[in-house]
Amino acid sequence: MTTTQTPDTLRRILDYSSRADPYPLYAELRETPVARQEDGSFVISTYREISDILHNPHLSSDTRNLSCPTEGMQAEGTPAFINLDPPEHDRLRRLAMRHFGPPHTPGLVTGMEGALTTAVGHLIDDFAGKERIDVVDDFAYPFPVAVICHLLGVPREDEPRFHRWVDDLINSIDYNPKTDPKEKLDKGVQARKDLRQYLGGLLERRHGHPGDDLLSRLANDDGPDGRMTDEEIVATANLLLIAGHETTVNLITNGMLTLLRHPHVLQRLCEEPDLVVPLVEELLRYEPPVHIIPWRAAYSDITVAGTTIPKGAQIMLMLASGSRDPNRFHDPDRFDPDRRDNQHLGFGSGIHLCFGGPLARREAQIALGQLVRHLDRPRLVADPPPYRRSPVLRGPIHLYVEQGAA
Amino acid sequence: MTSADNLQAFKRAGRIVVVGASLAGLRAAEALRGEGFTGSLTMIGDELGEPYDRPPLSKQVLTGWVPADNTKLPRRRDVDAEWLLGVPASGLDLANNHVRLADGREVPFDRVLISTGVRARPWFVESEAALDGVFVVRTREHAEALQRALAAGPSRVLVIGAGFTGSEIASVCRERDIPVTVAELAPAPLVGALGAMIGDVAADVQRAHGVDLRCGVKVTQLEGDAQGRLRRAHFDDGTTVDADVAVVALGGIRNTDWLRDSGLAAGVWGIACDTGCRALDLNGLVTDDVFVAGDVARCPNPIYEYRLISLEHWANAVEQAEVAAHNMVSGQADRWPHLTLPLFWSIQFGINIKSVGVPTFADEVVVTQGSVPDHRFVAAYGYRGRVTAAVSFNNAKWLDHYRRLIETAAPFPPPCPTPDQPADTKPVPVDFPGPALLAQGATVVVTGHDPSERRVTAAYQHR
Repeated sequence: MTTTQTPDTLRRILDYSSRADPYPLYAELRETPVARQEDGSFVISTYREISDILHNPHLSSDTRNLSCPTEGMQAEGTPAFINLDPPEHDRLRRLAMRHFGPPHTPGLVTGMEGALTTAVGHLIDDFAGKERIDVVDDFAYPFPVAVICHLLGVPREDEPRFHRWVDDLINSIDYNPKTDPKEKLDKGVQARKDLRQYLGGLLERRHGHPGDDLLSRLANDDGPDGRMTDEEIVATANLLLIAGHETTVNLITNGMLTLLRHPHVLQRLCEEPDLVVPLVEELLRYEPPVHIIPWRAAYSDITVAGTTIPKGAQIMLMLASGSRDPNRFHDPDRFDPDRRDNQHLGFGSGIHLCFGGPLARREAQIALGQLVRHLDRPRLVADPPPYRRSPVLRGPIHLYVEQGAA
Repeated sequence: MTSADNLQAFKRAGRIVVVGASLAGLRAAEALRGEGFTGSLTMIGDELGEPYDRPPLSKQVLTGWVPADNTKLPRRRDVDAEWLLGVPASGLDLANNHVRLADGREVPFDRVLISTGVRARPWFVESEAALDGVFVVRTREHAEALQRALAAGPSRVLVIGAGFTGSEIASVCRERDIPVTVAELAPAPLVGALGAMIGDVAADVQRAHGVDLRCGVKVTQLEGDAQGRLRRAHFDDGTTVDADVAVVALGGIRNTDWLRDSGLAAGVWGIACDTGCRALDLNGLVTDDVFVAGDVARCPNPIYEYRLISLEHWANAVEQAEVAAHNMVSGQADRWPHLTLPLFWSIQFGINIKSVGVPTFADEVVVTQGSVPDHRFVAAYGYRGRVTAAVSFNNAKWLDHYRRLIETAAPFPPPCPTPDQPADTKPVPVDFPGPALLAQGATVVVTGHDPSERRVTAAYQHR
């Protein structure tokens, strides 16, 4: 029996004070691979168990299958496919993938490489002669936002509007009714409504006007599965807009931070541009943008590592902990861009494997590869840097770097 | 090779010969170098040219998307080998440790890996097989020739045999809008590998895609015209079909003929070996210096009651090659057993079919997830109350779960429910057509009286 109660470890992980370095606490958590919490939920923290349960057909992503869903968990309106199970999940993801990747749209990400390089180039050009830059505000945030806006067909100038909605929304993801003010939840609910209403407005103008962007393709295309309803398109666009930049910003920022902490690797990356491919994979393992899948539901009783999780129980999956599991990865706390057999959990696993993973990879590869070659002897201003609140989408809120003469 | 010193000397300066330079042979050679083997390495292969990948030959090459010569296998490292290509091996002399080539050359070795694979089973009447328009698909040249014939726009293609290769070829024909007839002796396509229930699904899929599917019939004659071109096929029910292309997809023949006098337990069923890929001799004794990998290996699998199983699977070839290579340069204490579960995939009629485990090792099958009418489902196979295999149609991402069920001998049928519950969750008999005798033709004669002199010889006349 691997079940014991370790509520304190999880509480400390979620507490803001451990944001800069949650990894020792993950190690503590892994001593109990499947840990039952006081409230009846379960936390899974080891690689094998996370990987197994993500492939288990009895695991549900639908809040309706939780026996006691936390307030605020149930999204307003039609859920996006991330919060649905097969066959609905499969249908909606298939409909979205028709316009994003193989087999119907195989060249999309490759075709964007020129545009990605140009976008990165414009941001980097502004760094010349600047002594101090903020990797987040000046680079890691504007880049993926521009990319996802372009892809979806969201006007770039509306960014300040949805930036605030997305912030409020992300802040409410880990809402805890016991410790957090109700306002945090209310702001998230309102932001969700506003964002959907905004996207609905954009969508309306796309009907009958097929264009190149994803919104108009979804609005006008009829495949073998039919067409998404407007509510489904809005839910999908909403998901892609949020996931499309709230995660990549962390990947790029965590990447730059890790490189500054490993100057020899940074130097190598300048000399061996191809190193960026395995390096980004190692980043996804070592400092992933998404640390936690906050909840899944047991659709029926699930047995993991000898522990039976009862039907309806809430399950939290500690992805970042799994990717640091010494029973899966040799010397897991070492950042090793030459690592082989690196099947990390950075993009999750199973049917909900990150939809935008191929784009995120290319974005991070191009961003980091260009950045290290254009900065002049970059130095970290503060280590650790200040972090964002969220323990789920974890990354620095600012990453100040000085360059040039010192 | 009894002491560590000998092993070190062998790793440094020994001689390894790999017979069969396709997927298993190449991966083994790479693994040998990866394991630190620095001695001489000789690759023997009957085909000219570099090792290439075969799965695309019945798929992307036939659609014309990928040219046949663009299927070279990627190299993981430089193997620094001597390549003796274009001449098949004709014999293995275990008294003197050398491989004989068909041109009379002899290649000495300290250890040998046999990965000679499978060749296509030809049409049983030689003169009919020689007709213009009659094809098999196993090699790059075969695929290239068939691709050209398909590109010429034949009036109708006849595919003989509805196993995986035959079904994939029929799918390509429909994709290219070529009329196709599929003739299968069994009651349905794929039935020999996946059983009657999946066979019925496969039959529906083929018919829905416009295949003229004829099951339970045997092609008795391929008829040519005066110019030696195929024009018609005759069936045992008296019917005929006019076709200018016929593809014979009746499975393969294991390339073991050259081992007939080697003293190894080799025959039509393959070459028997232990889980460490060491070949067995005719007496069933494990040899020290002869290893087997790939389609030609017949290896016991503890998960399936230690039965000897031969698999013509891509992943199996790669995994066996790595295990064989490791064991060739390792001492007894470091040996690895080949214990991975069989994994197989096919793409046909827009459906990704994937399986894990051994579906033929089953008595019941049940749909566990998804919808059969939508051709999106997972079915689990069970044998005496435990899960032994699973197959997915457009649902491959779940198979890891079933792999774990098989590895842990989980009870069959697996517990329900799942969110994507199928309409019918009752197991049905798996229903394979006739038990195939795996070791057919393995007739031997035992001679001698004392335990020290008891020996087996092969009785080939009984084949």
